[in-house]
Amino acid sequence: MKPASNWQALRTVMQRDLMVVMRRRSDVLNPLLFVLMVVSLFPLAVGPGPDILGRMAAGVIWVAALLSALLGSERLFREDFLDGTLEQLTLQPQPLALLSFAKIMVHWLLSGLPLVILAPLCALLLKLPLEGWLALIATLAVGTPILSAVTAIGAALTVSLGRGGALLSLLLLPLFIPLLIFATGAVEAALVGTDAWPQVLLLAGLSLLTLLLAPFAVAASIRVSVH
Amino acid sequence: MQFDSWQAVIEMGGYGFYVWLSFGVSFLAIGVLAVQGLRARTKLERAFKQEQHRQQRLARRHREVS
Amino acid sequence: MWRWLHPYAKPEVVYHLLGRWLPWVAGAAALILGGGLVWGILFAPADYQQGDSYRIIFIHVPAAMFSMSVYVGLAITALIGRVWQLKMADWALAAIAPVGAVFTFIALFTGAVWGKPMWGTWWEWDARLTSQLILLFLYIGVLALYHAFSDNRTGAKAAGILALVGVINIPIIRYSVEWWNTLHQGATLTVFERPPMANSMLFPLLTCILGFAFLAAALIFHRMRNEILRQELHRPWVKAELGETSKQTEAV
Repeated sequence: MKPASNWQALRTVMQRDLMVVMRRRSDVLNPLLFVLMVVSLFPLAVGPGPDILGRMAAGVIWVAALLSALLGSERLFREDFLDGTLEQLTLQPQPLALLSFAKIMVHWLLSGLPLVILAPLCALLLKLPLEGWLALIATLAVGTPILSAVTAIGAALTVSLGRGGALLSLLLLPLFIPLLIFATGAVEAALVGTDAWPQVLLLAGLSLLTLLLAPFAVAASIRVSVH
Repeated sequence: MQFDSWQAVIEMGGYGFYVWLSFGVSFLAIGVLAVQGLRARTKLERAFKQEQHRQQRLARRHREVS
Repeated sequence: MWRWLHPYAKPEVVYHLLGRWLPWVAGAAALILGGGLVWGILFAPADYQQGDSYRIIFIHVPAAMFSMSVYVGLAITALIGRVWQLKMADWALAAIAPVGAVFTFIALFTGAVWGKPMWGTWWEWDARLTSQLILLFLYIGVLALYHAFSDNRTGAKAAGILALVGVINIPIIRYSVEWWNTLHQGATLTVFERPPMANSMLFPLLTCILGFAFLAAALIFHRMRNEILRQELHRPWVKAELGETSKQTEAV
């Protein structure tokens, strides 16, 4: 039998992962509800005045997004590791980095993309002025792939430990700092009326770079974890 | 020497607390690191010696049995 | 090159080599760093702006310099471990990371203490201090990951990958933090970046930097020897090595 082409393998892994997640929708839904709850906690904690909320909105939404990415990271590799699928993947003739890329993309489709769709609601709750909305949605759209890719590295490194949680946040949160800075900087620039596109483009560049390099790190991490 | 007396060295022109706090904590940190390394070394040597004794005991018992 | 390097890939050779160098390197560290600090603290002139508080740089600047370069060294070691599958590189990782973390802590702590008389606050979100804080987080991540595994070899490999990811991130983090700092107009007084120094201050500083290099080397060598012993405790050469020294101490 001829081995499947790289493209076929990529599609198969993506289809399979999508199907697995779609059978357990709460895994997708819970991190999103988490974001929504964190966002609604802030007005209760600091008061509902529009000036303070509006200034904090982008930061709060982005920090909530970072934390929710960590929260949902278990599902990336955990089950596959436990039932042996991950080991099978390392034995495939196709490069493991490619298959890792497929997994990253599925993770983004089910955690990053919904977040982009959810963003207007969060912005509304936090009374983000209208000028910032476009920038917020744009940064989430180009920034969440970084979130998925870097989270995948951390999840692959810690998958054999069985206890991600606090350790994973220690590993990953420092790496997210540039993302946080540029994303909130873009929204802030939009709010004060200057051009937000330089930051958004910079984030897009970082995003492409991360998507290019991260699969290799994920593949190396999987190999370390499986053996 | 820049200072007239040891008293002046300790005072550091009014900044004595900050200067000596930085130097003190820095050397404490390096000291802890060095001591930790030295203790790891003695612990390894002890583990090695225990292992040796255990093997000798086993060998002796083995001889007695045979 | 591989043939030339090959004998050095043997643990006992490295162990003996490091053992031969260690007393010299440690002695040089004590002598040069001690001399540099005495020179800096007692003999260098006071700064006309900051008075005697500037003397903190004699420990802050070397620690900050090497906190960064030790991380780069960590990443290079990790790369060697990944590419050539050298087990010694994995062990070196465990020897290097704590030293770098302590240097980062020193740089951060002395920077903060210096900030108190200069900025009037213990913590200022200054670009350099912030990057130093993030670097400390990166070190903590590497160490936490290494210690999370019960098997040291897997832990070292995982920590190595994380160090490589971190080293790619460091320039981005630096740039982003600087950009963020200019955006928010934090502390404008840059204590750490000063106009060219007078030689009477510069030379003791350079001496301290050299002393710190030897200090880092001595600490890393010692820890590396420990790591080698730990991994090879049941090999015959360790028996010859430790057995002899223990007999000597018993004779004394």
